[in-house]
Amino acid sequence: MTTPILTLTIDGKEVSGLATETILQVARENGFSIPTLCWLEGLTSVGSCRLCMVELRGSTALHPACITLIQEGMTVTTSSERLLRYRRAIIELLFSERNHACAVCVVNGHCELQSLAQQLGLDHISFPGLYPALPVDASHSRFVMDHNRCILCTRCVRVCSEIEGAHTWDVKDRGIRSRIVADLDTPWGDSTTCTGCGKCVHVCPTGALFEKGKSVAEMFKKPPALPYLKATRAQEV
Amino acid sequence: MKKLRLATLWLDGCSGCHMSLLDADERLLELTAFFDIVYSPLVDVKQFPEKVDITCIEGPISSPEDERLLAEVRKRTRLLVAMGDCAVTGNIPAMRNIEGAPAMLQNIYTGQELLQPQVPGTDIPILNDKALPIHHFVPVDLFIPGCPPSADTLFTTLTALVKGETDQIPLPACFGA
Repeated sequence: MTTPILTLTIDGKEVSGLATETILQVARENGFSIPTLCWLEGLTSVGSCRLCMVELRGSTALHPACITLIQEGMTVTTSSERLLRYRRAIIELLFSERNHACAVCVVNGHCELQSLAQQLGLDHISFPGLYPALPVDASHSRFVMDHNRCILCTRCVRVCSEIEGAHTWDVKDRGIRSRIVADLDTPWGDSTTCTGCGKCVHVCPTGALFEKGKSVAEMFKKPPALPYLKATRAQEV
Repeated sequence: MKKLRLATLWLDGCSGCHMSLLDADERLLELTAFFDIVYSPLVDVKQFPEKVDITCIEGPISSPEDERLLAEVRKRTRLLVAMGDCAVTGNIPAMRNIEGAPAMLQNIYTGQELLQPQVPGTDIPILNDKALPIHHFVPVDLFIPGCPPSADTLFTTLTALVKGETDQIPLPACFGA
């Protein structure tokens, strides 16, 4: 059975896509840019960061483009004053929730949160900082997990589970108390499941996961080609 | 043209923003055509003057003395500029907010094996528990993020302010970098 091709309108332009595709996929294929943080090509979309929210005609709610499938005749708006306001608020909340001191962060200049703030024209954070006391887990021989920089995008959790197949990472607790944990909340260095592959480090959009002993100039993220890895793995099976 | 009265204020910063301003080098001479520097760590004036057009503030608010000075500066300034990440977000001084000032001082001054471990307590301002950005205390007209903002950024901003363009300043600056 072939997948039907649907037509829709994105920002006034008529486009088409497969019925299995999301708004984000079709928008990007047609050159529209929608900001994302938790989404990464090759990983399951979870729609948690909410940056990719778009407006749909006929609906007052905003819809995350990364997990909303296209529909025939859909009319999508990817950027508006309202969307920009919400996107800025999301970034501001992420900055205020944990301790992000860009100046002393090892991925300063290579950070997706930092560049998104700049792209969205964010020049200050209007919310008060919470300044939570968070640990830094440096027990692993090669990598470090700094909870102060974590934005809970769960890219590390998904890449470890879906691509590496180790499922070392998971999320404990709920809401603002959520933390990324290794192996049922044990120090990363004691993990018996971690293969040390470093995929989590390189898909992390911020300085939450980084390589030990690398300076700011060296510690830029090299996201592995996840769709390629996934495809070759499927062939092996 | 009447010269604008410019002040720069150094609160709990590292002076990096002022160093960056000095880094504008010979362009500073261009700026002096438009500005009189009436108060700054770079000039020897003790009292913050009346009727200042633009004040650029470096550093967050970290002590009751900072708070007092900021309130006075706001009253006497037409256009208040938060210069650099510390004034904009709290940045590095705000890293102590996690545990609070007393715990930080204890940790630094007595936490190691020193000959005379003691927290300095006389003739210096008492630290607030938290270092906070200036817009948490008074309205700020313009934010320039960056640690420090580059000399180009500061020069562009000041030039634009001379022309009265407060809304449309193209700032390439971002937090940190």
